[in-house]
Amino acid sequence: MKQKIPIILAGTTVGIAAIGLMQAGNPANMGICIACFLRDIAGSLGLHQAAVVQYMRPEILGIVIGAFAVALIRREFRPVGGSSAMARFLLGFLAMIGFLVFLGCPLRMTIRLAAGDLNAVVGLVGLAAGVGAGVGFIKNGFSLGRATPRSAVNGYLFPGIFIGLTILFLAGASFIVASEKGPGAMHAPVFLSLAAGLIIGGLAQYSRLCLVGGIRDFLFFRDTYLLTGLGVIFTVALIGNIAVGAFNVGFEAPIAHNDGLWNFLGMALAGLCSTLAGGCPLRQLVASAEGNTDAAVTVMGLLAGAAMAHNWKLAASPAGVPVNGQIAVILGLLIVVGFALATITSKATTQRGVVDERASS
Amino acid sequence: MNERVVDARGLLCPEPMLMVKRAIEAAGSGTIKALADNSAARENIKRLGQSQGWSVEITEENGDYVIILKK
Repeated sequence: MKQKIPIILAGTTVGIAAIGLMQAGNPANMGICIACFLRDIAGSLGLHQAAVVQYMRPEILGIVIGAFAVALIRREFRPVGGSSAMARFLLGFLAMIGFLVFLGCPLRMTIRLAAGDLNAVVGLVGLAAGVGAGVGFIKNGFSLGRATPRSAVNGYLFPGIFIGLTILFLAGASFIVASEKGPGAMHAPVFLSLAAGLIIGGLAQYSRLCLVGGIRDFLFFRDTYLLTGLGVIFTVALIGNIAVGAFNVGFEAPIAHNDGLWNFLGMALAGLCSTLAGGCPLRQLVASAEGNTDAAVTVMGLLAGAAMAHNWKLAASPAGVPVNGQIAVILGLLIVVGFALATITSKATTQRGVVDERASS
Repeated sequence: MNERVVDARGLLCPEPMLMVKRAIEAAGSGTIKALADNSAARENIKRLGQSQGWSVEITEENGDYVIILKK
């Protein structure tokens, strides 16, 4: 139990922040969604032109800076890189398409569950199926290979970009655009969002909170440490939703659609990609802030995937999932499964992992 | 007495855990020295070892985490 204090602290904070930010103006049944917020950031930088989902979400900026600061303080900032950058970009890209077909990352899925949105139950089953498939591939030898240490400046690039964006955003730089209506226009006061992000980022670094990891570790080892985080976020947000009268059980929910097949398949694709890439979008942000340049490439893939999901009309809306999005999810699943199988096959002739036995006196 | 070495440096979870789990299963008892370079892997290996009844000791060596598991 004592071991779980960090994850319980992080989960409680995320749950409270989600409800608080919704009350303060963030979109309903969302509060915080790493996938949706990266999509909004992609829009605010002009990477896509969907006018209703453009905003430089300070929560994301805060998470990166908070995690970076805590990693430095705890001497856990370690610049590494060089492990399958292109594959990670692609996994991030395809994961985001899956998330935007479901309409939420695992964090928002948990928050949607806690608001009584039954579509999120379908999403959870899909996510677990995707994570399970990913676990199966990894057990059978899938690996993106080792990262190796890099110079410090490499590790500073990603948090540096986010610190720079924060300064430009707060200074009112005109190239950063914001929605005038729609979910992108729904936001809490900037400094509240930024503060929430800083705290969540710091605690996520400290606790290593990862929602995909929660399901993964349970399937792998029956380990419940990270899964506890998911459970705590759910419980706290559930109590909060009931308290503020935002708990409504059903398949009709804000910023969601009720097409079960695509909720399932979208999250299955996202779960599979996230597992192969080593974690959910929140974990990728935090790992990037800790100096992992491979995770930073995954985040770039997430951002590009979010932009293209709107440019190519793949993303779902409350009206449902466009045909383009359905095709993209199927193609995405085929590509990732094919890639994973090909990786395992081509790895078969090489030594994976060093487990040698040494005699010692 | 044999010491198994698991080098999980440069790998993100769950691979480090998987490698240590396989080493634990293969060894049954004895000493396993696991190397990791990120805090998530370090903590996960520690939890995995403890859950299987192994004692766990963590030190740092040249910027890497050295996790010694004993049973």
